[in-house]
Amino acid sequence: MSFMKTLAGATCAFALFAGVASAEPAIIFDLGGKFDKSFNEAAFNGATRWAEETGGTFKELEMQDEAQREQALRRLAEAGANPVVMTGFAFGDVLAKVAPDFPDTKFAIIDVDWLDFPNVTQIAFAEHEGSYLVGMLAAMASKTGTVGFIGGMDIPLIRRFGCGYAQGVKAVNPDAVIVLNMTGTTPAAWNDPVKGAELAKGQKAQGADVIFAAAGGTGVGVLQAAADEGIFSIGVDSNQNHLHPGSVLTSMLKRVDNAVYEAFKTGTDLQPGVTRMGLANDGVGYAMDENNAALVTAEMQAKVDEAAAKIKSGELVVHDYMSDETCPAATF
Amino acid sequence: MDYGSLLQILDSTLRLATPLLLACIAGLYSERAGVFDIGLEGKMLVAAMASGAVAASGMTLVFSIPYASTEIVLVSPVVFGLLAGILASLLFALLHAVTSITFRGNQLIAGVALNFLASGLTVLVAQSLFGQGGRTPPLEGNARFNPINLPFADAVKDVPVIGPFYHEVISGHSILVYAAFAIVAVTWWVMYRTRFGLRLRGVGENPAAVDTAGVSVKGLRFSAVMITGVLCGLAGAYMATALQAGFGKEMTAGRGYIALAALIFAKWRPVQAMYACLLFGFFQALALRPDVVESVVRIKVPVPFLDALPYLLTVFVLAGFVGKAIPPRAGGEPYVKER
Repeated sequence: MSFMKTLAGATCAFALFAGVASAEPAIIFDLGGKFDKSFNEAAFNGATRWAEETGGTFKELEMQDEAQREQALRRLAEAGANPVVMTGFAFGDVLAKVAPDFPDTKFAIIDVDWLDFPNVTQIAFAEHEGSYLVGMLAAMASKTGTVGFIGGMDIPLIRRFGCGYAQGVKAVNPDAVIVLNMTGTTPAAWNDPVKGAELAKGQKAQGADVIFAAAGGTGVGVLQAAADEGIFSIGVDSNQNHLHPGSVLTSMLKRVDNAVYEAFKTGTDLQPGVTRMGLANDGVGYAMDENNAALVTAEMQAKVDEAAAKIKSGELVVHDYMSDETCPAATF
Repeated sequence: MDYGSLLQILDSTLRLATPLLLACIAGLYSERAGVFDIGLEGKMLVAAMASGAVAASGMTLVFSIPYASTEIVLVSPVVFGLLAGILASLLFALLHAVTSITFRGNQLIAGVALNFLASGLTVLVAQSLFGQGGRTPPLEGNARFNPINLPFADAVKDVPVIGPFYHEVISGHSILVYAAFAIVAVTWWVMYRTRFGLRLRGVGENPAAVDTAGVSVKGLRFSAVMITGVLCGLAGAYMATALQAGFGKEMTAGRGYIALAALIFAKWRPVQAMYACLLFGFFQALALRPDVVESVVRIKVPVPFLDALPYLLTVFVLAGFVGKAIPPRAGGEPYVKER
């Protein structure tokens, strides 16, 4: 009995110690997986950059299935992680339940802008602006006048990508045909490269010669199929130009890495509210490097940069699908 | 719908039906011998991982011609990958055989256990080898099974109707696709025209009779399960090195189970299994082209409904709409010799 007491005491002490020692930030990756070469990987890169610069450590957790969401979030908050960063809109509802229970913990969530808690900071990206630019590039690179879009899970956020893209395409070529496909309606759609590849082949058969994949891990399959079929693809979130040099036309950058880095850096001083990241503050953009230098001519780049300047100055407004759930350039 | 779209869908059908077909025929051998195998999925998955990993390692066997600086590639990485996939799948099949034949364990539970094992093991091994989140590096060149253009494919391209069909649908697949259809023919011949096939079917229906005839029940069942292993290995390797360029987490995505459904649909017969798999593959291909479906039926069909079609079909089949599907009579029961 006394041994048991000692044991229990030791456990308590250990738990306390662990609680104090680990006031380190934490990040939870969504179902696409940490190494999806896209959205989650960008978040991971941001966290890693913070760790390298500050010498700090961070906790991380990769979701395995939908049921873990709330449990994972609670466990990290209970373990004393602060702030806790979540990648992905799917955490929105869960966070709304969990945040009030941990008033002393700061939470940062990416791709959500509809929560209102004193300890939650939200980072929303203007994906439609970046997508508009790559849409212009797609239309200029296309020879057939048909371009494709493959989304991951069919949610308003992804439609925002698709809608911005369609507007960019139509801005260059009003007669262009845009083939739109979504991979699925469940989070599994973020990680289904086989289906992504088949969709890309299907779009090619419909005449598309540039395909924009906004589909997390599924995009790996889209880019692969585009390279196999000898057509162009456009990557998303991270710079994916290096995956298939000569075939990936460009990548729509969404600087999730910067968002995570900033959240980690600010640490427990995170302010509530919504941070909007657009072209104006380099939250989104398109990627140029040695892998696609030969594909994007100076002329194309000049046109796109001109549009980017107009968007930044407010002269050109790209319609945001999520503002009214309609799209002037495409029907979903 | 124009002819071009139809051809594209059929082309996609062949690609998507192939892994189902290989897994389905794999299941046929095992189940016809009286060993239910719910672990097709797991075997495919380990095979996909092993083949992706070995093909990515770039292992090549070359023959250097003496006094000349030329080298002939005897065995390319993808062939090593294929062999590794078959080996990994065989190991799993062996595990299944030992548990359910030698130790007379429950066949279904053994299969489920293998599926769980494969699901975790593949990601773990791939992650520790490559550190890319349980994915194997993308494969290129001779580390993949590349499409083969059949003879005259370009020559007959312009022949009306048949030409494009031959060029688009029949030609231009990887060797494993053609192998899968050849295996159907071979399986039919083995099952219905050889002594081995007769005994194999016998051991699934009435093992005691086969035993009385002096033939080893365990031996037959072991060999059937091993054949299952080889075919699942082919299916997995096809997924990782032909359909896709590398292994990804859970990439088989339930194909092992759909193959089982197709097997029941086909009432455990090889040629019908081929039709069933083609049908399931066709539905999967159709779900990828909602625009075509829309133009045919004239109303907007929701994509999720198209996605659900193969499963709906399976439910209809299992509910007995295509007549009664009677499994091999001795299926699921370990054979105990009378003492």
